[in-house]
Amino acid sequence: MASGGVLVIAEPSEERLAPVTLEVLGAGRRLADALGVPLGVALLGQDVEGQAADLIARGADRVDLLADARLVPYQADTWVPVLADLVRETGASIVLLSHTQTGREFGTRLAFRLGTGIVTDCSDFRPGDSGRLVAIKPVFGGNAVAEYTVAGDGPQVASVRPKLLDPAPVVEGHQGEVVRRAVQLDDSAVRTKAGARVRSAESAGPDLENAQRVVAGGRGVGGPENWHLLDELAETIGAAVGASRAAVDAGWVPGPLQVGLTGAKISPQLYIAIGISGAVQHMAGCTGARTIVAINRDPEANIFRHAHIGVVGNVKDVLPALTRKAAELTGH
Amino acid sequence: MDIVVCIKQVPDPEIPTSQFKVDEAARTVVPPPGVAPVISTFDLHAIEAAVQLKEQHGGKVTVISLGSSAVRDALKRAIAMGCDAAVQLEDAAFEGGDSFATAAALAAAIRKLDRFDLVLTGRQASDWDSGQVPSALAELLDVAGAVPVQKVEVRDGGLYVERVTEDGYQPITMPIPSVLGISNEINQPRYPTLKGIMASGKVPIPVWSAADLGLAPEQLGERGRRIILERLYVPVQESTCDFIEADTPQEAGEKLALRLREARLI
Repeated sequence: MASGGVLVIAEPSEERLAPVTLEVLGAGRRLADALGVPLGVALLGQDVEGQAADLIARGADRVDLLADARLVPYQADTWVPVLADLVRETGASIVLLSHTQTGREFGTRLAFRLGTGIVTDCSDFRPGDSGRLVAIKPVFGGNAVAEYTVAGDGPQVASVRPKLLDPAPVVEGHQGEVVRRAVQLDDSAVRTKAGARVRSAESAGPDLENAQRVVAGGRGVGGPENWHLLDELAETIGAAVGASRAAVDAGWVPGPLQVGLTGAKISPQLYIAIGISGAVQHMAGCTGARTIVAINRDPEANIFRHAHIGVVGNVKDVLPALTRKAAELTGH
Repeated sequence: MDIVVCIKQVPDPEIPTSQFKVDEAARTVVPPPGVAPVISTFDLHAIEAAVQLKEQHGGKVTVISLGSSAVRDALKRAIAMGCDAAVQLEDAAFEGGDSFATAAALAAAIRKLDRFDLVLTGRQASDWDSGQVPSALAELLDVAGAVPVQKVEVRDGGLYVERVTEDGYQPITMPIPSVLGISNEINQPRYPTLKGIMASGKVPIPVWSAADLGLAPEQLGERGRRIILERLYVPVQESTCDFIEADTPQEAGEKLALRLREARLI
């Protein structure tokens, strides 16, 4: 089943290797080792050849280089047929990619074009019976875990949730080859015309999503007049500020601060949830947090089911003392 | 502009996590008693986007959902929000399907309609969270697609679309017809008006079966799955919550700061 090897698809990125690609590469290396098959990486773009050496140093046995100006910027109509041809040519039996906004699009279309299935947004993998891939993913906002296999004999495709797995480390002395492949593209099948990515200046999302520490508030904060208590704590400990949907819906803070299913997906080392009850849709946004601290007046609040450290108390009383002591301890 | 919106009914994601239960043997979620299912969040944004496009450019919005008679409530709500027609897909053969089997039924239903300029869905459903249906429909209908979408406008006989990226967006010029997976940034879904609710009771909602769609049972439901759900379980919490003991809230705050410092978290 797995004789064809593992193929990792690099996230579209012209400037440098995307960090998420290294996370998928690490998962791919572990699976390839467990199954005793080679690990290839599909590298698509225009000026991306310089990224091949780093991929090989970090465990790729083969880099399939598909360099063509028509592949930049990314669009599904150019990437999907090129990737489908590559998977068929290499005979890969496992195909992995990152579940970014872009990967979620081309991953599914690739699987459907190959006539196979895809498990999206996986948090982990393990080898199953006879070389099969068991793909593990949180569902229902992280309240349940599902384990899937791909049916049939086609390639098994899966996408990996970003910022959850460790990036592939450099493997001392690892050798691999770069295979330059011709890009066959039927221009008449390209129906869309994509422009270059536009960075949004006002988007607070990335800061929140990349922060190592996040302080977020919910209904229990009591009102916008108390929000400065969160801002002061966040400034003291160097954290980004987030909010639950309840706080956003109440108009206390702007929408980009929302953590949850329809907001930011955060994976900080420390998440302090303040006056947040912990509904399913909120927890969907913070399943990646390493340590969750909950401060809530209600000892029965659901957030305590997910928290590692809990304080039962009124936000207005607990926060100033926490901030003052934290400032004293950290010297800020 | 004739638009088809595909929607899904899901367990209410605003329920507290303590009410969430799964049946491990049956590999299904047990619906919480007394909590009505709702239209998946992103699908509400897709309905709103469709109704706005109709208001600007004329045409008709048809909403489709696959499921038991309970989804008729979701379809009626969509009509009350401004959709013109609805179709319910119901058949024992549809049960237990994955995104592929569901998309196959939806694609066949869309083909059965007279015509379409645009198909909208939510970017993903808030239950199984797989986000495959919009891309699957683009493949099955063999038209252009984009997901997740934060803006759509009709320009020069085609579409101007903004696809959400991690740090902003990507502008795309797309043809008509296309399939778009709608993200929540695009709009604020409206509430149904009283007039809309009254009207929704008068719109007939036909039920189409697998035979109506010309689909063989082996393409559908449990038998049509391309991914197999091997296990479903509620994860064991690694650590139970360690509550800070203190006589006053101020003391608790100070102790918490010490704990975080000791753990090198601050």
